[in-house]
Amino acid sequence: MVKFTLNGATLSVDDDPEMPLLWAIRETAGLTGTKFGCGIGECGACTVHIDGAPTRSCQMPVELAAGKAVVTIEGLSGRAAKAVQAAWRQLDVVQCGYCQSGQIMSAVALLSHTPEPSDRDIDTAMNGNLCRCATYNRIRAAIHTAAKMMEG
Amino acid sequence: MAGLLPNPTRRAVLKGAATASLGLVVGFSWGGLSREAKSTAEARPFLANAFVRIAPDDTVTVISKHTEMGQGVYTGVATILADELDADWSRVRIETAPVDLKLYINSALRMQGTGGSLSMTASWDQLRKAGATARAMLVAAAAADWGVPANEVTVAAGVVHHARSGKTARFGALAAIAAALPVPTDVALKDPKDFALIGQPHLARLDSTDKTDGTAKFTIDVTLPGMLTALVAHAPRFGATVKSFDDSAAKAVPGVVGVVQLPTGVAVVARGFWAAKKGRDALKVTWDDGKAETRGSPEMMAAYRAAAAQPGLSAKRIGDSDSAIARAAKHLSANFEFPYLAHAPMEPLDCVVRLTKTDCEIWSGTQMQSGDQKHVAALTGLDPEYVRINTLYAGGGFGRRGPFDSDYTMEAASIARAMGADGTPIKLIWTREDDIRGGKYRPMYYHAVEAGLDADGGLIAWRHRVVGQSIMKGTPFDSGTAIDGSSIDGLTDLPYAIPNLTVELHTTESAITVNPMRSVGLTHTTFAIETFIDELAHAAGKDPYAFRRALLAKQPTWLAVLDLAAEKAEWSRKAPKGSGRGIAISKFISTIVAQVADVTVGADGKITVDRVVCAVDCGIAINPDIVRAQMEGGVGFGLGAAMHGAITLKNGMVEQSNFHDYHVLRLVGMPKVEVHILPSSEPPKGVGEPGVPPIGPAVANAVFAATGKRIRTLPLMSSTSA
Repeated sequence: MVKFTLNGATLSVDDDPEMPLLWAIRETAGLTGTKFGCGIGECGACTVHIDGAPTRSCQMPVELAAGKAVVTIEGLSGRAAKAVQAAWRQLDVVQCGYCQSGQIMSAVALLSHTPEPSDRDIDTAMNGNLCRCATYNRIRAAIHTAAKMMEG
Repeated sequence: MAGLLPNPTRRAVLKGAATASLGLVVGFSWGGLSREAKSTAEARPFLANAFVRIAPDDTVTVISKHTEMGQGVYTGVATILADELDADWSRVRIETAPVDLKLYINSALRMQGTGGSLSMTASWDQLRKAGATARAMLVAAAAADWGVPANEVTVAAGVVHHARSGKTARFGALAAIAAALPVPTDVALKDPKDFALIGQPHLARLDSTDKTDGTAKFTIDVTLPGMLTALVAHAPRFGATVKSFDDSAAKAVPGVVGVVQLPTGVAVVARGFWAAKKGRDALKVTWDDGKAETRGSPEMMAAYRAAAAQPGLSAKRIGDSDSAIARAAKHLSANFEFPYLAHAPMEPLDCVVRLTKTDCEIWSGTQMQSGDQKHVAALTGLDPEYVRINTLYAGGGFGRRGPFDSDYTMEAASIARAMGADGTPIKLIWTREDDIRGGKYRPMYYHAVEAGLDADGGLIAWRHRVVGQSIMKGTPFDSGTAIDGSSIDGLTDLPYAIPNLTVELHTTESAITVNPMRSVGLTHTTFAIETFIDELAHAAGKDPYAFRRALLAKQPTWLAVLDLAAEKAEWSRKAPKGSGRGIAISKFISTIVAQVADVTVGADGKITVDRVVCAVDCGIAINPDIVRAQMEGGVGFGLGAAMHGAITLKNGMVEQSNFHDYHVLRLVGMPKVEVHILPSSEPPKGVGEPGVPPIGPAVANAVFAATGKRIRTLPLMSSTSA
């Protein structure tokens, strides 16, 4: 039995300890905003925050989440999260939308510790999040917009 | 027996209507009240060819027969209808249509489905009429209720108003009265100058909120009581079949509840993804390669090359290119090689099926509803109307979610059948590896092109041979001839004035499965055409833009787009040292796009695309911001494919398996993209695909401008780094 907090509530998972955290979130807890895209940590669709750090949940065995604080798109809160989601909507970033939970989780993590990111910072923080619709320019613009919103 | 039960699709519509009781449901093609509407008290709303429903709380629900794959079609559909309805945009919602060819056929595809960038074109008149009809009924309802002449009643932003009496009502208050009125058959449509929503520079997408808070539902998110998850072991070689399998270890994995053989492989059915994955990993399958493709890409390309040395089937012949080339002052030839490409939508392929002995319900982000329904009905023996499809958001499609044989949908249904058709919902998930190695690729192609210039640098002859597999053969889009038009799309209708033109096709065979990919034939033909035109321009000593202009003198619509791109890109201004500028143009269905790319090529051969200027003529831009988004996305999709995309085979086995070796565009590779939309009063022409074809050749031409090196083998990066 593995226990950790998911969006503030305790989740107990009685399953294969090697099962990736992603499937505990999606299937055990039923929170489907976190997506399966590649299963090898190459696309970023499964990004969640673990103790505040952006993490590929498809690469983390659930047993390693024991005792940690896991936050998914459904549990986002705070200034950076609000600004990022507002900026994403203002610029209509999304197309198919499948990767966007992961994009937003990465963007919120970036802005939480780098409130005024440069384009280079964005490159580093976001290059691991694939978008086949290629919404990349709007993602970049929305991060800058969110940074401005956070100032105000 | 089936006939004794109500039509499930109409029942589904009714059910939806009933939840909005006392609302208004409007359509037009049936005329008069339907049988159900007359006989069912709770279905008081008029029910016909339903595209819109108005609830007492003012919510306007627009029913979309098109699948939202990111192209913005829900927003587009709703905008057209809501504009004619004069609805309050903030109260507009979207709902997906059930499968019903009578009501929801895509007139352009002749099936219920989404593709060809044709949704807006095909639904423009229909949705305008549906909106205008609903509006007329609300006006009539207000006139009757208030005892005022209908022609004095106005409507704006969801409010019906009569100035003289000062009476005002929101839609919801009038819906029940309107529902009881006769449906007008001949309603006037707006003068385009009165459009309130269409053409607005930034009308927010309807799917922005749920796609940014995690609540948007994709097929993979469907959760049903008792649902099981299935993964399938597919053959490593295309065309191979199951010889035997040992499932003892798979069945020992906790959570695995069944292992069943399918026409396409062996499925492991389990409680949850992880158990299914572990079960599949433990499965031992022996494959029969008797009918399998065992060649590798190099051997196949060698065979294509050999074929191209011989004349192919004639697809187009104007004048006599052979003799014109023979007497030309200058003779150029070039050969192009294009690899297989995987669509790799971000949402892996998936499908949920709940099958019983009497009906089947499917949850899918499918692009091909009526095809899926037909195929599953044939597989299960059910009448098609008992195969219901709930269309969900597609996490990217790019053509892969509309396979003509419904491959993964049929696989899901086959599993449900093999598991006993007991009503247990089955969620089939293809892993990324299954997707990358699973075929339905954009085919591999070889092009051999020759052309002749006269002494003045005029283009007098062009001979083009294409070698590759047919995408459309055996599909509903099979031409019935030996020429698959999609293999040579853009060649037989070349816009350039060339007095002698020959287009020939060699159609090859392989067990490797192929499928349309976003912009279909133009993914390769535009590259060959537009880079070779560039070569010819240089050979003629002319500027590539000016050379194209001269050849397009009698094509004003093409010229307008080309000129706009060149002007906005400041074509005449020299590119900085070390960089180059390239131009390309193409027409997908009826939308013309031109792009100018500025690139920098490093000493190591690394290509960086700095900026792309894109001009598009798509008719009326229903939502200009979505048009821009589709051009940006088209550039990114096409650029990723041109720079990095390659599926290669060795001994019949795909060498790539996931995003670490099947490279797609990432954020750092995305250039600045400027989009310029030609003003137009023509009906909308579609924007999902046309942004893709020009980017590859524009970049290759820019690389030539920067380095003097022609790249004719894709992807570009392997060519330069080789």
